[in-house]
Amino acid sequence: MSASITLNTAKRVANQLRRDRRTLAIVFIIPPILMTLMRYVFNSEQQFDKLALPMLGVFPFVIMFLLTSVAMLRERTSGTLERLLCTPMSKLDILLGYGITFATLAALQAAIACAVSYWFLGLDTAGAASSVVIVAVANAILGMALGLFVSAFAQTEFQAVQFMPAVVLPQLLLCGLFTPRSSMAPWLEKISNVLPLSYAVEALNEVGVHADWTRTLSRNLIVLLGFALAFLVLAAATLRRRTP
Amino acid sequence: MKTATSAAIETHDLVITRGGRTIIDGLNTHIASGIITGLLGPSGCGKTTFMRGIVGAQIITSGTITVLGQPAGSAALRKDIGYVTQEASVYADLTVRDNVRYFASLYGLKAREANRAIEDVGLTSHADLLVSNLSGGQRSRASLACAIVATPQLLILDEPTVGLDPVLRRELWQRFRALAESGTTVLVSSHVMDEAAHCDRLLLMREGAFIADETPADVRARTGTQDLEEAFLRLIEAQ
Repeated sequence: MSASITLNTAKRVANQLRRDRRTLAIVFIIPPILMTLMRYVFNSEQQFDKLALPMLGVFPFVIMFLLTSVAMLRERTSGTLERLLCTPMSKLDILLGYGITFATLAALQAAIACAVSYWFLGLDTAGAASSVVIVAVANAILGMALGLFVSAFAQTEFQAVQFMPAVVLPQLLLCGLFTPRSSMAPWLEKISNVLPLSYAVEALNEVGVHADWTRTLSRNLIVLLGFALAFLVLAAATLRRRTP
Repeated sequence: MKTATSAAIETHDLVITRGGRTIIDGLNTHIASGIITGLLGPSGCGKTTFMRGIVGAQIITSGTITVLGQPAGSAALRKDIGYVTQEASVYADLTVRDNVRYFASLYGLKAREANRAIEDVGLTSHADLLVSNLSGGQRSRASLACAIVATPQLLILDEPTVGLDPVLRRELWQRFRALAESGTTVLVSSHVMDEAAHCDRLLLMREGAFIADETPADVRARTGTQDLEEAFLRLIEAQ
């Protein structure tokens, strides 16, 4: 592993993104629009507060999952991945290079979505807005790691996009966004216990009701990053220098 | 034309199977260093599989491939081998310069080396264009620049001239010759027999085996024809 190769890879991925104005517009503009839409659909500040907070964590997760799974798939199908693996670069350089750029993108995205929600949509939380951004970035890193891993199972961009409903929607249903996890059927709750998004929502709800940074919040963040690390290791295992 | 010196690539009883089919069946060969070796044969005969084996991207079933004195795929070899795949494996959404500079950075090299590689493939005037806006021939030259930027000891080129016009093809062969003159071992595949004349040595491949391993002059002499395409056909018929 080499710091300079990792950073040059991050720079190269950033360079590709910078030229893709449309993707950047979607990443930055869609979450605030959806938040605004949600605010007026509910038309009640209490209701909005309750749902807006978890949504601020869900957007970065979903969007980064999609972006990285397609970006990595392109790297595989264009032959550039095989080429990179023939150079002195290590697998971790590739994954971390993507990680750095997409995490930065995610931080910007979360900051914009939070700014709009707090300043224009009247979002109110007991905890600090910065805590929300931190959890959102952790979610983005999680989505990215999962996307890097899942891209190994798709052969076309068509398939990669289909993984979104398959991998993301069940988590969305079970994460406690629609019904508290404690009131679900026991077997459903057990499933939700092993899904990372559940911890993201719990972390954000924690920020919603506690003014201070709590132990539960730290614990949930650690679980989220643990999941992300596990998916990154799995993703690294799918990068093969030798193929049949 | 140079003569063979030491071996850059050696294979011993090499067998490669893909998807249940035996692509290469018990291949023994040695490819000399510092010369241009042409790997010729119809498409589907196993040229790409053989090349992927040399660069270490292909799982081999049995036998050995030794490259520059080490087993193919060794980590130490990664800085010594340049590999240009058949399709231009470069980032279409980056400029030629960005692509070559990125690949240069993987070897700890800087802009100066990148610019020289771009000049070497004759793309200086197109360096700041996006690869997606280039023609097919320009794309393959951009891909070549990414492979030669680290001045590898061994350059593996999979059909680099396919689909190029005659002028460009001649220019590229001149570049391969210049690389060989400066000490690079070049292994280049083609299914166009008239390109064989540019090589110092020819490996004629058919269904995963070599039916000839000699200089173009020897091939001509043995088959009694000046036309290498005709010579190849006669070699097949003689089997």
